[in-house]
Amino acid sequence: MAFLALERVSKHYGAMAAVDDAALTIEKGEFVSLLGPSGCGKTTTLQMIAGLVEPSAGRIVLDGRDITNEKPNRRGLGVVFQSYALFPHMTVAENVTFGLEMRRVPRSERIERVREMLALVQLSVFADRYPREMSGGQRQRVAIARALVIAPPVLLLDEPLSNLDAKLREEMQFELRRIQRKVGTTTIMVTHDQAEALSISDRVVVMEQGRMTQVDAPYRLYEQPSNAFIASFVGKTNLIAGVWRRDGMAGAVDIGGIRLEAPSADFPAGTPVTLSIRPEKILLRKAGEGQLDGRIASRFFLGSQWLFTLETPIGTITVSIPNQGEEPPAEGATVGLDWSPASLRVIASAMAHPGGGTA
Amino acid sequence: MISRPSSRSSSPWLLAGPGALFFAGMILLPLALTVILSFRVYDHATGIKDAYTLSHYIAVVTDEYYLGIFWRTLRVAAMTTLICAVIGAPEAYILARMRNPWRSIFLLVIIGPLLVSVVVRAFGWSMLLGSQGLVNQALQLVGLSPVRLLYTETAIVIALVHVMLPFMVIPIWTALQKLDPMVEAAAWSLGASRFTALRRVVLPQVSLGMLSGCLIVFGLSASAFAIPGLLGGRRLKMAATLVYDEYLHELNWPLGAAIAIIVLVANLLIMLAYNRMVETRARRMLG
Repeated sequence: MAFLALERVSKHYGAMAAVDDAALTIEKGEFVSLLGPSGCGKTTTLQMIAGLVEPSAGRIVLDGRDITNEKPNRRGLGVVFQSYALFPHMTVAENVTFGLEMRRVPRSERIERVREMLALVQLSVFADRYPREMSGGQRQRVAIARALVIAPPVLLLDEPLSNLDAKLREEMQFELRRIQRKVGTTTIMVTHDQAEALSISDRVVVMEQGRMTQVDAPYRLYEQPSNAFIASFVGKTNLIAGVWRRDGMAGAVDIGGIRLEAPSADFPAGTPVTLSIRPEKILLRKAGEGQLDGRIASRFFLGSQWLFTLETPIGTITVSIPNQGEEPPAEGATVGLDWSPASLRVIASAMAHPGGGTA
Repeated sequence: MISRPSSRSSSPWLLAGPGALFFAGMILLPLALTVILSFRVYDHATGIKDAYTLSHYIAVVTDEYYLGIFWRTLRVAAMTTLICAVIGAPEAYILARMRNPWRSIFLLVIIGPLLVSVVVRAFGWSMLLGSQGLVNQALQLVGLSPVRLLYTETAIVIALVHVMLPFMVIPIWTALQKLDPMVEAAAWSLGASRFTALRRVVLPQVSLGMLSGCLIVFGLSASAFAIPGLLGGRRLKMAATLVYDEYLHELNWPLGAAIAIIVLVANLLIMLAYNRMVETRARRMLG
C-alpha cells in the first residue's frame, strides 16, 4: 500500500480549478518532484498536503490515515517554505528546537537532536547565530534542519532552491539529495526548474493547468514525453507539425511534401501529428549526407557545447553538439542534418500544446 | 581621504536649517521661557516679581493634592496604553489579514476617529456615559442598577482609548506588513497551535511596532487636555487640566509652568526608560 496517496484531490477557487482531480501515490522513502510552470497548481497541491489549503474534493491518505481535514499542526509533516520562513527573532538552534519544544520533548533530548541535525546540515558552528547573519544557502539548510528534526513522515519542499544563485543552487541540489538519502524521509518537492526536478528526483510529476499529465522517472519523462507541452517543457526540443503516413511496418510523417521515417505508432493514416526531436539527438554532417539539408542561421558557443539554429525545408531546427575542441561549421554554411529514426517521437497533434514550437 | 569643495560641506547645514529654525522657534524658545518662568517669584497681590525661587517646585512635590493628580495622570495614561495594546494588537492582526476592499474600508474606520474633533468626541462620550445616557439605559433594560461613569477615571480612560487606538493600530499594522506570512504557517507545521504561533512567532516580531505605539499613546494620554477636561469634570483633574487651571483661573503662571516642566520631565523619563528596556531587547533579537 502506498505511503502517501492523493485520491482525486481538487481545489477550486470559484469557477477556476487550481488543482483538478489529482491522483498520486508515493512510496515510503521516495523523492518525488511536482514540476510545472507557475500557476499550474503544484504549490497548491503541496499546501493541501501540508494542510495550509483545504481541498474542495478528494482525500489525502498518509500511512493509512485520512488526513484530508486534519489541522496542519496535527499532521506532523516537515515543510520547507520558498522564503524559508525562519523565525528571525530566534537563533539557529532555537529555530531548530522549536518543533521539538512543541512536541514536549525533554530538554536533554532536544539539545542532542538539534546538535545531530545541525551536524547533518553542516551548520554546527552557527548554532547561536540569527538567521539575518547567515547567507541564503545557510538559511536554506537551517530551514531543512528545522523541518527534519521533528522526524516527519513526509518532507515537503516548496521551491527550496529558487532563491539561491545558480552555482549554489547546483550544490544545494546534491546536498538536498544527500540529506534525503541519509535520513530516508519521503520527500515531495515543488519546482518550476526541470533540471532540478530531473537531477534529484526518483519520480517527476508534471502538472499543467491544475492537472497531473505525466508521472514518470526522470529519464523516461525526458525520452518519452506524453505530449508536446512536456516535450518542450522538460528539456529542449524541436516540434514539427506533420501528417501521419503508414509505411510498411514502420511509420512515416509527411511534412509539407517531405517524408521522414519515424518509429511505428498507432495512428490511422492521415492523422495530424507533431514530431519531437531533441537538439542533442541531431548530428551535423556534410551537405547532402544527412536526411535533410539546412543552412546555419546562427551559432552560439556555450562552453561545453555549441548551439545552432538551422533553416531547413521543414522549418527552423535547433541543434546542439558537444564541444570537441574543434570549431564547427560557421554561420551561413549549408550542412546535412542526420538522426536515428528511433530518436524521433510522434505525438498526436490534438494533445499538442497550443502555440507550442521550438523551445 | 579626498577633501570636498567647501560649498558641499555647508549643504547639510543649509538643508537642515529651516527645520532647525522652526524647531528652535516653536519648541526650544517657549520651553526655555517656561523654564525661566517656573523659577519666578509670584505674589497673589502684585503678580510675577523679578526674583527667582525654587518654592513652586517644592510646593508641588510636597503637596498631596498635586501628587495625587500626578499619580492619576500616570495611572490613566498607563491604563489607556495597556488597553490600547490589548485591543490594538488583535485589531492590527485582523486588519493585516484582510483583503481589499475590506482592508481599505476598515483602515478608514480605524482612522475615522481622527477626522472628528476631540471636543466633539468627548461630548459624544459624555452623552453616552451620563446618568441618563445610552449605557445606563441599556444597563437598566437588562435589570442592572445604573452606574456612575461620567466624571470618573473610567470615563476618561474609555474616551482616551477611543481617541488613541489608531496610534497603536497603525504602527503594529506596519510591523505586521513586513512579516513573512509564511512564518506563521511554518510554526503550525512544526506543531504549534494558532495561539502559540501568535505568541511565540508573530508577537515578538511586531514588538517594535507595539513599542512605538505604546510610546505615542502614553505620551499623548499623559498630556491629554480636552478629554479629561470634559469627561473628568471640575474636580477630577489631570496634569494638563491642572496646568490650565493654574494659568487661567489662579493666574499663578510660575506654578503652572513648574507643573508643566515636572510633567514634561516625568513623561520623558518614563518614555526613555521604557524605550531602553524594550527596544534594546527587541533590537538584539530582530537586528
